[in-house]
Amino acid sequence: MIDIQLFDTDLDTQYCTEWVSTPEAGGVVVFVGTVRNSTSEKKVVRLEFEAYEKMAVSEMRKIAEQAAERWPIRKIAIHHRTGVLYPGDIAVIIAVSTPHRKAAFEACAYAIDTLKETVPIWKKEIFEDGEVWVAAHP
Amino acid sequence: MNISILAFGIARDIVGASEFDFAVEESQTVGELKQELVRHYPDFAKLASFAIAVNGNYVSDEHPLQGDDEVVIIPPVSGG
Repeated sequence: MIDIQLFDTDLDTQYCTEWVSTPEAGGVVVFVGTVRNSTSEKKVVRLEFEAYEKMAVSEMRKIAEQAAERWPIRKIAIHHRTGVLYPGDIAVIIAVSTPHRKAAFEACAYAIDTLKETVPIWKKEIFEDGEVWVAAHP
Repeated sequence: MNISILAFGIARDIVGASEFDFAVEESQTVGELKQELVRHYPDFAKLASFAIAVNGNYVSDEHPLQGDDEVVIIPPVSGG
């Protein structure tokens, strides 16, 4: 059972946690990625996320399916934001349930690590004195 | 032939448009398209990398292009 969604409104950690919870799963791991208030000691004013939406969804689904092949996942939810976010806002939630905890931790780490490498979503950091597309330049 | 290309993130800033038409030879490969893009827009060479997606999937440099493909420039991603 896989739930992949992009939102331009607030993400809901409680919803994701409850959605993946099932009596078959003794372990639920939820990763919540939030907007940090600084980068390299520069104060972050806001982040602007944009996505190539149909491919972002399909790539997130591939990650969930690959994770489900490697670990005994009962349910996995990946929710990601687009639009303007401020420090403290939630940018991504990955919730995974498995029969035992170790697989849930490993699958959740795999999902967020892979998402950051393959899913076509971009964020621009806006500082008080400038802005930069994150990871664009070496 | 002309193909329509979508550009996101810093690629949109480099090109100056979120969608643009670009002339390519019949059956030109994605690798050749990337070289042409760098020639027209030298700032692409300054990126850490950039990929091309065709019809919603990453493709290799050997992939041949067709006129009705949905071609998207994917600069380094930074979700999460």
